[in-house]
Order: sequence, then C-alpha cells, then structure tokens
Amino acid sequence: MAHPVQIQAEIVEISPVGAYHRLVLRVPGIAERVRPGHFAALAVGGADSSMLLRRAFSIHRADPEAGTLSLVVSAEGRGTRELVRSRVGDTVDVIAPLGTAFPLPVGPLTALLVAGGYGSAPLFQLAERIKEQGGSVGFILGAATADRLFGVEQAQRLTPDVLVTTDDGSTGIKGLVTLPLAEALKAIGAEAVYSCGPMGMLRAVTEIANAEGARSFCAVEEAMACGVGVCMTCVLPVVGEDGVSRFVRSCVDGPCFDGSRIRWSDVGTIPADLHGAAAMGVH
Amino acid sequence: MDATDMDATDVDLTAPFGGGTLPNPVTTASGCAGYGREIAKFQPLAELGSITTKTIMPYPRSGRPTPRMAETPSGMLNSIGLQGSGIEHFVEHELPWLAERGVRVLVSIAGERVEEFAETAGHLNGRPGVIGIEANISCPNVANRGLVFACNPATSFDVISAVREVADPALPVYAKLTPDVTSITEIAAACVKAGADGLSLINTLLGMAIDTTTLRPALASTTGGLSGPAIRPVAVRCVYQVHAAMRAGSMPTVPILGMGGIRSGLDALEFVLAGASGVAVGTTIFNDPSAPLRVLDELREALAARGFGKLTDAIGFAHHQGEMT
Repeated sequence: MAHPVQIQAEIVEISPVGAYHRLVLRVPGIAERVRPGHFAALAVGGADSSMLLRRAFSIHRADPEAGTLSLVVSAEGRGTRELVRSRVGDTVDVIAPLGTAFPLPVGPLTALLVAGGYGSAPLFQLAERIKEQGGSVGFILGAATADRLFGVEQAQRLTPDVLVTTDDGSTGIKGLVTLPLAEALKAIGAEAVYSCGPMGMLRAVTEIANAEGARSFCAVEEAMACGVGVCMTCVLPVVGEDGVSRFVRSCVDGPCFDGSRIRWSDVGTIPADLHGAAAMGVH
Repeated sequence: MDATDMDATDVDLTAPFGGGTLPNPVTTASGCAGYGREIAKFQPLAELGSITTKTIMPYPRSGRPTPRMAETPSGMLNSIGLQGSGIEHFVEHELPWLAERGVRVLVSIAGERVEEFAETAGHLNGRPGVIGIEANISCPNVANRGLVFACNPATSFDVISAVREVADPALPVYAKLTPDVTSITEIAAACVKAGADGLSLINTLLGMAIDTTTLRPALASTTGGLSGPAIRPVAVRCVYQVHAAMRAGSMPTVPILGMGGIRSGLDALEFVLAGASGVAVGTTIFNDPSAPLRVLDELREALAARGFGKLTDAIGFAHHQGEMT
C-alpha cells in the first residue's frame, strides 16, 4: 500500500456538483504520490467531535502542481453532511494516499470503465493514465437518476465511447450499467473492465466481464472505521494467490481488487473453507 | 510542587509496570493498533512505553461476519471477534519486526478454554521484545457459554493461574477485565490472588444498535463491544474503585493499566489521578493514528503544568481528597 501521510489540510474549494459536492484540499507533498484508486480518510469535526470514525473517499483528482486533492462527497450521513457544511479556509484532518490502487499493465490497454453514481470519481484520471500509455477507453456511467450521475462531460472529453444509464430513464439508457455491458465490451474490444460502485453492481460487472474473457478490477465501497488497516472492520472474503480464502482488509489489500478473487456470494458470512473459520465453529 | 516554573522535559515519566518499570506510561489498547506496523507510519513506536498487540489465540481465527462496526455517539460498537493468524504466525512474522525496532511489546492473548490461554502464553517465553502478557479474559466477542471469563472470580482465577504458571517469571501477567460485572474489585482481587502482576481496566462494554432503515441489528453478530470516549466515565470509575480497594488493603497493590476513551493527555491524566500507573490509547487511534505519541506529549505537559515532577506522584492523587464509598 501507499505510504500515507496525516495532515491538517486547508479546504480550497467546496462546490455542489449535481447531487454531490466537490471538495478540494491543499495537501502539500501528497498529490504526486497518488495513483488512480487510492483513497483519502477524513476526520469529521475537531478534537472533541462525537463522530470518531474517519470517512473514506476515493480520490477524484490529484494535482501535483497545485498540491491539491479533489474528492466527491455524497452528503447522505451525519458525517458527510457535517463535512459539506465546511467552508473554504477551514481545515480538515486528512490521511492520504491510502489503499491499493488499480493495477495497470505497462503498455497499451483497451479498457471499459464502469461506475454507479459518484463511484466514477477515480476513473477519469485512470482513463488519462491508460491513454498516456497508448491505450484507449470507453465508459458506462449509471445512476438512479440523472442528477446522481457524476462526470459524464469529463468522460466525453476523454473518449467518444460513453454510454449513460439511469434506473428511471431520465437520461440515457433506461436500466442498470450491466444492461449494455457485454455489447460495449465487444464493441471496443476491451481486455479489462475497471469498476467502482455498490457491491451488487461490482459482482454483476465481474461476472459479465469474466464471461466475455475480460479481466475485472473493482474498487469496493466497504464501511471502514480507520482506513489505515488497524480496525479490521472492512474485511471481505478474498481468494489469495495460494488459493486460500481469507478475510482481507478493503483499506489495505483493497479497495481495488481483481473482482474474480472476491467471493461475492459469501460477503457477510463466514464460508466454511475460510482461513480460521473452524475457530468460529463453522465447519 | 511548584506549578509555575516546571519544564515538561524535566518530568520523570517512569511508570510502574508489573514489578518493574517502563520509560513512560503510554501504550496502545489491544485490538486498536494491530501488531504495530500500520501505526508505525505515524510515530516511532519505540518512543511509547509499549504497544499492546491485537489479542492472539493459539490458532488462526477468521473473526465474525460483516458488518462488524457501527458508529455511536462519541464511540463505536465492534464485533471483530478476534480475527488473527494465531500465535505461531505472530512470533515468526510479526514479533521480530517489532523487536528489531526496539519496540516493547505487551502481548494480548486469549483462548476459548483455560488451556488455550496457557498454550498461547507458552510461546512467548524468551522472545525478544516481549515485556509482558495481557490475558484478555473479557472480550465480549468470544463466547464462554455466553459469558466472558472475567464475569466470574473463579474462572478469572483459573485463567490467570494457568497463564502465570506457564509464563516466564520475569514476564508480568496482566488481567484485562470487563466493567460488565456487579463488583469489579471482586474480580480484580481474584486475579491478583491468582498471580496477576497488573490489571488492565477496562475492556469494551457489551452493547448493540439497531439500524432504523433496515429494522435489523446494525452488527451481523447482533451485539458488540462499545468503546471510545462514551465509556470513559465508566473506565475512570473502575480504575478508581480498584485503586481504592488496594489503598484500603482489601487486596494487594499491583499497577493498573487504565483505558477507555482516552483521546488527550488530560484524559490520560484523569486515569492516572484515579490510580492508573499506565494508560492505553484505543479507539481514538481509528480517529487519529498518531494519537498515542500525542497523548504522551500532552500528558507530560499536563503533569508539568500541575507541578508533578514525577508521574508516580500523580498516580492515585484524586484519592487524597477522600475515599469514594
């Protein structure tokens, strides 16, 4: 994982974007070490805040020249609502970069980038990286409603191959991102799919991608308490290189995983062949 | 004492630990700092009095299903369930890394049965870096017919006796107790009688939360351990009561390692004044991974500001105002 740094970061921008907020933080010395898929963990409130747990956000954009990180915040919970009430000039305690970034092969790659809602946040700099290496990308961006899409114009600036889906049909194709997925994979000849969004979506994307012979790399959105690898709350059952399944930490071994290694149907359970399951009385 | 001209760097932080001492009183609470590697990125661990490991069992254990965590006011519930790779993995792959860096390690151990505590403890004799053993007889996420060992003086006595018998006599054995009992002093006395060289007060309180959207318990395991500043007054009370029992002569005196919601140096001082010789930073690490060293620095300043030239002068100082009944 990345070597994380904890700093008091100044908020240099906070602005609404559709149903979300963009939060831009001044983080000297951090941006140049961020790779697509890394995340930042923010403390909520000050030293006496009653909300102890850090909130994790995938990094939308790291700008080494400006020394800033840009995050996308969906103010749905108490902590995120308090964060978006911050003002420019306020400081927030940030730890970044955290986690394992998306794997990127050296050389040209044709990839399809798939996201639900603001899960798209890390995919645009990933697309830029893939294009810099001589590859090409397509996007499928989906959301429940049009205002919950994020970054459609950013995607369109990177490639003509952008499909949009909404559950209610308010824009683009009516349906889930998985609806046009197989066809889109074939159309651009994608060797890999990179996705970020809810667990159900990641599972379905992985199944379709693997069925079409493409690799599937997923950034998971697991609930975390610390983000740095000590609390052990964000674990998922994952098959290791040695074939043994273990509960591994989404914050350190992830959030970016090879989707074919996650035991999607066993999330939230203790499968009998999991390392250490016998000690839990599971046989 | 002269509060006006004391330099914090002159404060002697030497802290009683078992029958000996540590350079300072600050450690991490078990389960809140893993085996040290992650928080070593945020502070040099050798500067802490010690680190306390995540609780280790004799064998690999997957821990409980997810969700394992729920945020609560000034605290959190967890139901990790002692996930770990077992004692052999620890002594081969984790402990040497700590020992090479000069970190003093208090190893937290547990078992489903008395013999498993003893088996785990046996692996620690003669290992560089190990300065003591903390027997976690109070984890709410391990079932012992529905009760933790530390809910009963007799079972507490059995575990601590067995660990004390196996462990190198040079290694202090601490008993970690739960506040979820009628009389914590009775359990504490049983542990000391069994040979405990110190007491760790307190473990999490058993709690639960219900998700009002899904209408189900927030944790997959229904109940979990409550920790964080929300439980600090309970923890301070436990330390005060046990220290009072020692002062009254109703049990032998051993050092107390105080913990429960310590977030600042003043919080740590509160435990010291109640009778703790050491303090552990726990859940706060999830909020601020550099908290242990910060708390140490703040505690040093707080002692100096109150004219305490030595940590030992402050231990139990609140009792000088009169005993609580």
